[in-house]
Amino acid sequence: MEIIVCIKQVPDTTEVRIDPQTNTLQREGVASIINPFDMYALEEGIRLKEKYGGKVTVITMGPPQAEEALREAISLGSDEAILITDRALAGSDTWATSLTLAKAIEKIGRFDLIICGKQAIDGDTAQVGPGISAHLNIPQVTYVKKIEEIRILEHQSTGAPEHRAPSTHSAIVRVQRMMEEGYVVMEVPLPCLITVVKEINEPRLPSLKGKLRARNALITKWGIQDLGIDKQDVGLEGSPTRVVRVFSPPPRKGGQILQGNVQEMVEKLVELLKSEIL
Amino acid sequence: MSIKVIKEKCTGCKICVKVCPFGAIKVEHKLAVIDLNRCNLCGACVSVCKFQAIILSAPEDLGTRAPKENYRGIWVFGEQKKGIIQPVVFELLGEARRLAEDLKTDVSCVVLGYKIESQQIEELFWRGADKVYLVEAEELYHYQDEPYTEIFVELIKEYKPEILLCGATAIGRSLVSRVAVKIRTGLTADCTGLAIDPETKLLLQTRPAFGGNIMATIVCSDYRPQMATVRHKVMKELPVDKTRKGLIIRKNYDGRLLHSRTKLIDIVEEIGESVNLAEADIIVSGGRGLGRAENFKLIEELAKVLGGAVGASRAAVDSGWIAYSHQVGQTGRTVCPKIYFACGISGQIQHLIGMQSSKIIVAINKDPHAPIFNVATYGIVGDLFEIVPLLTQRFKEVLKK
Repeated sequence: MEIIVCIKQVPDTTEVRIDPQTNTLQREGVASIINPFDMYALEEGIRLKEKYGGKVTVITMGPPQAEEALREAISLGSDEAILITDRALAGSDTWATSLTLAKAIEKIGRFDLIICGKQAIDGDTAQVGPGISAHLNIPQVTYVKKIEEIRILEHQSTGAPEHRAPSTHSAIVRVQRMMEEGYVVMEVPLPCLITVVKEINEPRLPSLKGKLRARNALITKWGIQDLGIDKQDVGLEGSPTRVVRVFSPPPRKGGQILQGNVQEMVEKLVELLKSEIL
Repeated sequence: MSIKVIKEKCTGCKICVKVCPFGAIKVEHKLAVIDLNRCNLCGACVSVCKFQAIILSAPEDLGTRAPKENYRGIWVFGEQKKGIIQPVVFELLGEARRLAEDLKTDVSCVVLGYKIESQQIEELFWRGADKVYLVEAEELYHYQDEPYTEIFVELIKEYKPEILLCGATAIGRSLVSRVAVKIRTGLTADCTGLAIDPETKLLLQTRPAFGGNIMATIVCSDYRPQMATVRHKVMKELPVDKTRKGLIIRKNYDGRLLHSRTKLIDIVEEIGESVNLAEADIIVSGGRGLGRAENFKLIEELAKVLGGAVGASRAAVDSGWIAYSHQVGQTGRTVCPKIYFACGISGQIQHLIGMQSSKIIVAINKDPHAPIFNVATYGIVGDLFEIVPLLTQRFKEVLKK
């Protein structure tokens, strides 16, 4: 199976503190990590490779230092890594980002499954995964919490003429998709894209061998010219949406700590909440 | 496109350093220096600088990309499950009406489904819709990404709405992400505030970013429709007006557009007798302080008495005490109920991100220094094993009356 995992480097919120005066994030010295949901995507990709054979290619779009995230992905078991980095991409919104990643995937060529995290913890949009599948015109399933099975129907010879399906296998994947009330079971033919939630697996830690491999691994770097992308389709120019104002949310009003013995505190709380509940 | 610091104006006050979401600004020799490899051109520093010392040059004018004047009206995606219109749709219709007043335009609801009862459609009119676009086919009974996307794209091309609003639900977020790419227009996720700019008449879409620590207002000036998903429980529905009537526009599409490569095999509802987190007005959550799985019973009992849902912190989920679908926080769900009870939850930033927009937060924790008390409306410092059962008991008595 040819698996592509899309990841994003994000600030590590466990290290983020809020400045009590300005009520904004203190980001100085904050480390960058692989977006937590993407760790589940990577783990799932690596597990599928271990089970079905093949290769995991990890791609990211970001500034040059996003290379660190790719090296971490290699230390976990990814085979190849591609960094899409270009000044022209700065300010890209989800439309332009998903276009760029889709173009990179087209350049990679044949693939069976694309795995993304459900959303990134800095932007929280959950739009890039579905955006990629829309650009590539392949089916998608979002919020996948379990891959039940992959049924491989027949093996296509690698030299077969390619039409719209760049898949190396003819196969069907059966997944559980998380919904508000529970989940739905869906079947989808390869090639397709899934986005995954935390429940799908428990990511491994890098092995020593993996770490050594990551140190020396070759990271492929592509700019927009390599991908045949027009400058006016990405970055701020190419992005339909634009941020016009950024501000701090009004701080939550200081709380009231109830006083007294347990009975008194409970009584007070019931009194305070009664009108809201009734 | 570029950003630069005007040396003569910069005083080195470091306000820009603090607001930069990307950690891209440093002050060296009393002068702000922007690391272009980190900068995402978001403009946070520009709006906060008191000395107008940072300039973000506007994108070159590429001309109008879509003849905007042809786009009229506000659309709401009428999400249905098993033929029942979802409550978030009524909130969106209420918001759409308010926006329509400012734009002097009408509100339409788009419903895709199969054999939808007429009373469901009538209610959309009572709740603020002027028109309902109704597409019915057996293939549309359950949501599927591809046919829903294709039909939406066709409808948008034919009727050209100016604005399209959609609930930020599992279905809504998947659908409109795909639609926006196919139409080539902007989409803003998870908005908590919408308004019409009085001068430009653009839709101002405000949303939290970085886990709610920053609010950003976003516009889509050159493409149509302007699309946004909106969080459940944020917008207010209108009072039901049973005298309101509207126009139903039925559309039919052929098999090609109805085809789906994904197949729905089964629907498993896990919620049972409890309420689902997204819909709940009251959520009672338990964390590490509960100590073990059996103690979630205390949480469940309080939730039941209050007619609320059960939530959990990541610590409780990772300990295997309760299913992941209950997890509130960064790697779980984001909720905004009327009342959120945090019992035995210390309030790590990842948890706060998921619940800090709740109207009232009640914290019960034995550690008086737990960060949860910084966001709590009402706090009780004490033993949850004593307090929670007593609360359950008292609410039971009070609510019976």
